Amino acid sequence: MRPESEAELAAEIAGAEGPLLIRGGGTRGVGAVAGTVLETGGLAGITLYEPGALTLVARAGTPLAEVEAALAAEGQRLAFEPPDLRGLLGRSGDSTLGGVVAANASGPRRIAAGACRDFLLGVRFVDGRGQVVRNGGRVMKNVTGYDLVKLMAGACGTLGVLSEVSLKVLPRPEVSATLVLHGLDDRAAVAALARGLGSPYEVTGAAHDPGAGDGPRSYLRIEGFARSVAYRMERLRGLFADVAAEVVEGEGPWPGLRDVAPFHGRAGAVWRLSVTPSEAPALAARLGAEALLYDWGGGLVWALLPEGVDARARLGVFRGHATLLRGAGCAAFHPEPAPVAALSAGLRQRFDPRGILNPGLMTS
Amino acid sequence: MQMPAPDARILARKAQIVARLRTVLPETAVISELAETRAYECDALTAYRCPPLCVVLPGSTEDVSAVLRICHEEGVPVVPRGSGTSLAGGALPTADAVILGVARMTEVLETDYTNRVIRVQTGRTNLSVSGAVAEEDFFYAPDPSSQLACAIAGNIAMNSGGAHCLKYGVTTNNLLGVTLVLMDGTVVELGGAHLDAPGLDLLGVICGSEGQLGVVTEASLRILRKPEGARPVLMGFDSNEVAGACVSDIIKAGVLPVAIEFMDRPCIEACEAFAHAGYPMCEALLIVEVEGSPDEIDEQLALILAIARRHDPVELREARDADEAGRIWLGRKSAFGAMGQINDYMCLDGTIPVTALPEVLRRIAGLSEEFGLKVANVFHAGDGNMHPLILFDANTPGQLELCEAFGAEILKLCVEVGGCLTGEHGVGIEKRDLMSVQYAPADLEAQMAVKDVFDPRWLLNPAKVFPLDVSEPRRSVALAAE
Repeated sequence: MRPESEAELAAEIAGAEGPLLIRGGGTRGVGAVAGTVLETGGLAGITLYEPGALTLVARAGTPLAEVEAALAAEGQRLAFEPPDLRGLLGRSGDSTLGGVVAANASGPRRIAAGACRDFLLGVRFVDGRGQVVRNGGRVMKNVTGYDLVKLMAGACGTLGVLSEVSLKVLPRPEVSATLVLHGLDDRAAVAALARGLGSPYEVTGAAHDPGAGDGPRSYLRIEGFARSVAYRMERLRGLFADVAAEVVEGEGPWPGLRDVAPFHGRAGAVWRLSVTPSEAPALAARLGAEALLYDWGGGLVWALLPEGVDARARLGVFRGHATLLRGAGCAAFHPEPAPVAALSAGLRQRFDPRGILNPGLMTS
Repeated sequence: MQMPAPDARILARKAQIVARLRTVLPETAVISELAETRAYECDALTAYRCPPLCVVLPGSTEDVSAVLRICHEEGVPVVPRGSGTSLAGGALPTADAVILGVARMTEVLETDYTNRVIRVQTGRTNLSVSGAVAEEDFFYAPDPSSQLACAIAGNIAMNSGGAHCLKYGVTTNNLLGVTLVLMDGTVVELGGAHLDAPGLDLLGVICGSEGQLGVVTEASLRILRKPEGARPVLMGFDSNEVAGACVSDIIKAGVLPVAIEFMDRPCIEACEAFAHAGYPMCEALLIVEVEGSPDEIDEQLALILAIARRHDPVELREARDADEAGRIWLGRKSAFGAMGQINDYMCLDGTIPVTALPEVLRRIAGLSEEFGLKVANVFHAGDGNMHPLILFDANTPGQLELCEAFGAEILKLCVEVGGCLTGEHGVGIEKRDLMSVQYAPADLEAQMAVKDVFDPRWLLNPAKVFPLDVSEPRRSVALAAE
């Protein structure tokens, strides 16, 4: 199925007789679902872009690349820095804006600017009964009724199939610079990242790669107007006077960190941990991973483990959650505590009473 | 504004219900005498009042759970209340409802500078959250005008904003986790110091649900390091259109001010008469504030002033020191007080696309003549969050109704140009019956389905947010089940 309009999408879903596998570009979905493929690529095109209002509205199947090009032409961007996971997951195809939203795909800048869900102003979607629903809008502040916008971000299509999304966009900064700290072990690195993030210098990226070629490297990014970046970078560097470091101008390592490039081409299962940043090194040590990559000041840990190893069993009880992004043998999504699972199940039952939208994707 | 008739069966059981609540709470935490419950008969939307059945003031999550379990068993509606500063009537009770106030739950539970998060009980006031971390030069970013009094519980319920959310976002962007008590007493933990949900983003839908899905008793909030400094600049223009175009150009230029505040002539005049801030008399005034080190501020302000000069300003005033900065903000911060001195007023908060600003201001002026009521506009221009203040005289019969009708027309206008009914105050009862202007029946149905899941019997703050006729079938089914 490849509907060309929202009305067609609604009719397809209303008339569906079995499970549907919802697909944007097929570049970032995780977990396995059997069903008839429903592609959103036919619902494409930017419907409104007002640079002066920092707002973009586009149909869900619009290629991400098209959106990013349109924004770049006006000196703007998606500040949440959506990752390109094709290299990590071994996929091809073109990421769609709806897929980004459905996965709440957010990169290194999430720690400072917010996630995709924080930039999502409005949605139109078709629920599991084929009913078109609109929530939010295209203005920056909106508390009119319940925020189903947040609920749809990251719901992986299980509550409805997105047909249109509106996003807040931001100006692209004049310059970007990265402080690279050398030789810190994981614990010292995460502490250094916390120190940078807790400074007044507006750090917009804080990552640590223990396996970089010449030894561990930790990264702190600053963005903005040239003079301001120069000033803040000097002050930030001063916080780590006793650490070997250099400053890299430009986008530097961030596209690679965003896309988990150090894991590309390596065999094994890929796990993604969301944890309390300061607890990350100790938790990561429990994993016995073949490779690790820390982002979000330690709050996001990428781990490469042998296939079939249950990372959750190794982690034990911890504050946060672990998602299996690539690999088999475990549920992709972290099991939720009973009362939370009951609420989530209740919502799915209401929005998709026949259980046909990516059934079981997030719960098995 | 209509409220549902109280359930006579509940009123008749008052003594029994109060007695049961007293079995789980201390004597002083259950208020049932009319003389005392009157203090809870309204919030900051004072035009509507009704003393509740009784008031409970629990001290912990366990207390809240025990109270809700009893109310659930008794089939009694519960109206959660923070500090009672809602401008939308979010905490307005009905005579058969128990007010659950979190005002005694004000503890800081954990302060974690390493992970930049503070965990508090939700009765704590917004400003005192920042106060608790000020020593280490941190702050909590959302800053509603009522921040001295308003509670975090209410901020979460209404997803409150403030003047500085252009840069820092609103409550939902700064809320990391909650302890939520469902109507049946179940305690649910969502989020924490880690980011993002393992499954559905329930935290995202709790924030802004106006106390209809559960009672939030504890919250993990993101705290930020204070910027090195901040400085405002004041600009006067001879038309709203030009000021609006200037706002748009500043945003497009890549500067991200922390605040862009807009005042129109009626507002400037009233504030000047009240606060003597030395504002220029012109059609539109902007206050733009930027943050950073002194040099960074200089650089950003130079850019902003260069943009402003292209729009032929009648006045440009940069603050040279803290005293001058204070004077620039003085008038803006006195706006509501200034209006209150002139007359009774109603404050709206519809949001519009920034690009629609001139058109909307022109049409509000037209409506003002049509209705014969004055209106002053003061608002957060950077994010299009309007605050038209309609002046009326509550003692003149018919004026409140006239003012409400005028307000409704302004909000419909906001929706018509692509905006929404409320940007930061919430729907409450005030905008409840206008929800159908913004949303189609299926849109409202989807929202009510969420409440069905969290509160199947519709006992939590039931008569809010959704038009009464739209929510009636659900509320009456719940009632019949008693």
